[in-house]
Amino acid sequence: MKHTLSVLVENCPGALSRITGLFSGRGFNIESLSVAPTLDPTLSHLTLVTRGDEFIIEQIIKQLNRLVDVYKVVDVSEGEFVEREMALIKVRAEDETRAEILRMCDIFRCKVVDVSPKTYTIEVTGPESKMKAVTELLKPLGIKEIARTGTIAMSREKKSV
Amino acid sequence: MVVEALKREGVEVIFGFPGGAIIDINDALEKDGTIKYVLARHEQGATHAADGYARATGKVGVCLVTSGPGATNTVTGIATAYMDSIPLVVLTGQVPTALIGNDAFQEVDIVGITRPCTKHNYLVKDVKELPRILKEAFYIARTGRPGPVLIDLPKDVQNQKAEFNYPDKIKLRSYNPVVEPHNKQIRRAYRLIEKAKRPIIYAGGGVIISGAHKELKTLAETIHAPVTMTLMGLGAFPGTHEYSLGMLGMHGSYCANMAMANTDLIIAVGARFDDRVTGKVEAFAPLAKIIHIDIDPTSIQKNVKVDVPIVGDSKLALKKLNKIIKEEGRPDEAWRDLHAAWWDQIRAWEKRHPLIYKLEKDVIKPQYVIEKLYEMTKDKDPIITTEVGQNQMWAAQFFKFDKPRTLLTSGGLGTMGYGFPAAIGAQMAFPDRLVIDIAGDGSIQMNIQEMATAMEQRLPVKIVILNNEFLGMVRQWQELFYDKRYAATKFSVTPDFVKIAEAYGANGFRATKPEEVESVLEQGLNAEGLTIMEFAIAKEEGVFPMVPAGKATTEMLLV
Ligand SMILES: Cc1cc2nc3c(=O)[nH]c(=O)nc-3n(C[C@H](O)[C@H](O)[C@H](O)COP(=O)(O)OP(=O)(O)OC[C@H]3O[C@@H](n4cnc5c(N)ncnc54)[C@H](O)[C@@H]3O)c2cc1C
Ligand SMILES: Cc1ncc(C[n+]2csc(CCOP(=O)(O)OP(=O)(O)O)c2C)c(N)n1
Ligand SMILES: [Mg+2]
Repeated sequence: MKHTLSVLVENCPGALSRITGLFSGRGFNIESLSVAPTLDPTLSHLTLVTRGDEFIIEQIIKQLNRLVDVYKVVDVSEGEFVEREMALIKVRAEDETRAEILRMCDIFRCKVVDVSPKTYTIEVTGPESKMKAVTELLKPLGIKEIARTGTIAMSREKKSV
Repeated sequence: MVVEALKREGVEVIFGFPGGAIIDINDALEKDGTIKYVLARHEQGATHAADGYARATGKVGVCLVTSGPGATNTVTGIATAYMDSIPLVVLTGQVPTALIGNDAFQEVDIVGITRPCTKHNYLVKDVKELPRILKEAFYIARTGRPGPVLIDLPKDVQNQKAEFNYPDKIKLRSYNPVVEPHNKQIRRAYRLIEKAKRPIIYAGGGVIISGAHKELKTLAETIHAPVTMTLMGLGAFPGTHEYSLGMLGMHGSYCANMAMANTDLIIAVGARFDDRVTGKVEAFAPLAKIIHIDIDPTSIQKNVKVDVPIVGDSKLALKKLNKIIKEEGRPDEAWRDLHAAWWDQIRAWEKRHPLIYKLEKDVIKPQYVIEKLYEMTKDKDPIITTEVGQNQMWAAQFFKFDKPRTLLTSGGLGTMGYGFPAAIGAQMAFPDRLVIDIAGDGSIQMNIQEMATAMEQRLPVKIVILNNEFLGMVRQWQELFYDKRYAATKFSVTPDFVKIAEAYGANGFRATKPEEVESVLEQGLNAEGLTIMEFAIAKEEGVFPMVPAGKATTEMLLV
């Protein structure tokens, strides 16, 4: 099962490497990871997507909590939550496909953020499924470059980090 | 500044080895003169000695080394302490901050290297942070589940001046180990204990760490339950007590393993269900409910499913549990009756396969040496350290440990070369006690250079070498599982250990026949100062019972 963990950690050197080291050292996997400072500059917020059965996830959460630098861990996927990724996709846009690409952007509510005579650069935001759908549809038209962020997530309602 | 902080922490002795990047602290220690400094002959030796000091006393062991190779030489010692939850503070010198990352002379990223084998570590970049970091390091090392903490000290930081503000208290928002167990969980535990017909107490190193041996004894004696211990738990409950089943697991007693396989309730205290204990997990204690008391949540439900987890200090948890048991007031006779049939069964297992070995006329049996050693020293309250391998297992099986902190052994990492420097650390802590390293001929050669350290400090450590001219434990596996192909385990050259002793100015004795064992022990134990007693033992003797790796614990190979 896929789980999305929200982790608050002390914003100090080595903290991130302790976390990634824990995953590689103990044979857990990281599907995606994103880190950014919080409103409190001494803490960083890390969103981590991983997979495993309930025992593995329990162990992952406990192991994270055991790290001296980790302040709090929440499994946001335990309840209702929203998650988002973002991608920038540079796609070949020749005369005959330019209109079609724009139409697709419209349907998926993507934004064209850069235009050149031969390409469009599109910004896509959404859950992982949408990223997949958009890339699949754009592939036949010729994707030249793609950059993706990891997932960020937040629980709905009260259960905030 | 560092020295001042160490004094505030009550550090009495430091084990170390000098070098350019730490010379200033050595100099400050020398000028100050309050803290005793023990110069080792290798940084691994220094780290194990600090570890032995910590295990013998329960205090934090401190180690001081230089950058680069000095630092990397401590890694085995740090990992050894980490696996067995031993509190250490390791201070390493580092190149000046301006040079970090430059491949400077004797630079190594020791913080990066030790990240997975320390409880926590620090690179100090600013002298102003130094007091706080030192305070935190000692606090983290000794609280919760103890462990080693490393502090990397760049040379310029060591020399900067700043106002010394040593914090009295610290609060770390991200580090708050749970110590106080939950009352509700204790009550749930009692409900299981109340009903169990075939309970067993499975005690580990955590009992020794938290000093819960008295509470454990009360529990066992109140509910009349048998107690089995892990290698790390030996001494947590008296080995001579009628309720002790001895060690369990791969080389545990037949009785302990049978009892674990048939129990209906395991009361696990400060033990982590290591694979040497569970064998094949799917076949482990199939009928049992499990109560698990441990201060580290990651130990609970890591390898086996637990019915009543209790997170907290085992001393506090057992106190609460004993209180409930007392309040519930079940009469002694009722507990006895409830477990009478269980005890009959246990005594039958004990009788069927006790720990035994065959004595021979012409060749010394290692078990006999340990038994004799035990008989001759049991009234002297000795501290035993061991090396790793068969020697370690024979010590665990045939020596009886009645008190906590009397067996110091590398269980989790299984580090050959641990025992002798650890004995040095223990003897530094207790100059008047009898400290004995039970060693193999292979392991003792891994840190034999520390004989110079022991001589220099005038430490009367006794070393008992069980010399089989083999890396015996590995040879045993080859005998059983590799058609007796003794690849890389036979020593064709072994030094003359008696001469080695003499070369260092120590005493050396050797026994080659069974009838010499007693007199060599007698002479060795009574000799003044550092002493080696070497016993030429049966070369291909095995350790039994043995649960082959990956097999169920009931599938024991017996003598
Ligand atoms: C050659 C060889 C053979 C071995 N064979 C065996 C064998 O046959 N049988 C055997 O048992 N072992 C054997 N071992 C040792 C084995 O590898 C493990 O080291 C050992 O079983 C672990 O012991 P433990 O479960 O008591 O845990 P420890 O490593 O001692 O861990 C202590 C536990 O207590 C917890 N704890 C710490 N402080 C507290 C506190 N204050 N309150 C509560 N809990 C606390 C910790 O979180 C941890 O979970 C062998 C080792 C070697 C090298
Ligand atoms: C540093 C290290 N290297 C290798 C091993 C693997 N190992 C475990 S026991 C053993 C043999 C130990 O030989 P010896 O000290 O003579 O003890 P014996 O088993 O013969 O009593 C070896 C090589 C280890 N535990 N530690
Ligand atoms: Mg040997």
